[in-house]
Amino acid sequence: MIDDVGHYLAMGGYAAFVWPAYGVALAVLGGLAWHSWRRYRASFEALEKLQREFRTRR
Amino acid sequence: MINWLANPARFMRFSAAVLPWCGGLTLAVVILGLYLALVVAPPDYQQGESVRIMYIHVPAAWMALGVYLFIALASSVALVWRHPLAEIAAAAAAPIGASFTFVCLATGSLWGRPMWGAWWVWDARLTSVLILFFLYLGYIALVNAFDEPSRGARAASVLALVGVVNLPIIKFSVDWWNTLHQPASVMRLGGPRIDPSMLVPLLVMAAGFALLFLTWLLVGIRTALNERKALALRLNSVPASGRVAP
Repeated sequence: MIDDVGHYLAMGGYAAFVWPAYGVALAVLGGLAWHSWRRYRASFEALEKLQREFRTRR
Repeated sequence: MINWLANPARFMRFSAAVLPWCGGLTLAVVILGLYLALVVAPPDYQQGESVRIMYIHVPAAWMALGVYLFIALASSVALVWRHPLAEIAAAAAAPIGASFTFVCLATGSLWGRPMWGAWWVWDARLTSVLILFFLYLGYIALVNAFDEPSRGARAASVLALVGVVNLPIIKFSVDWWNTLHQPASVMRLGGPRIDPSMLVPLLVMAAGFALLFLTWLLVGIRTALNERKALALRLNSVPASGRVAP
């Protein structure tokens, strides 16, 4: 069974190209997703903070 | 529908309802696509297992072109009809398109090394996609170059429209020039030339990438609307005591 997994991971000798390709896609698209989500949450927090200040100042 | 969504408050309500479903569907389709690409799809008779790179490279390329087309269309709507969300949508789409273009170039390079014997060649397809990547970067730089968001968006819109000529060049480069990159196997007159056992995983991955774009576009537009609202509040909240007494 370990042999089968090893055989699969070897990708017919092309492992050095196939897995980095999937890795690059995961890293770039995942990084974009993470960065977008962080900025998204930060925008809500900043806006809520400003809206609270605006209300109290009135 | 588009006019109805032009009202930012309405868009926020609509996108808040749609976003969880979009995200969930994206995750499901991408996981299915990866399973089909990495497990179910057969190896190629010539390229062996390295053909699995195709299931990332080709959908990323389709998205690279499609997102740029979206940006160009949104830019023309912004310039001609002054649709308020058009500039915001285009600016939100740009980083996603740039990411797909980078993934396309990098995975193409990783595929080219074992198959062509070269990490890079200056053939028409590769060169024009590299130019597309630079256009994305230029677009993003222009959007962020001005203090006033709408001025940056206006300048970037013009760049997007000028650069759209690159899209047919990319598409037809493999027909017009003697390229190392292979000609079209899917989107061609006469229908796809690729076996269904490979076409289906390819289309599922493409659908997954398209849903990924849609999800992150909605997130990006919502972020931008929040940021604009925050900017407006900050500009309106300068206290009267801030004025210098005569």
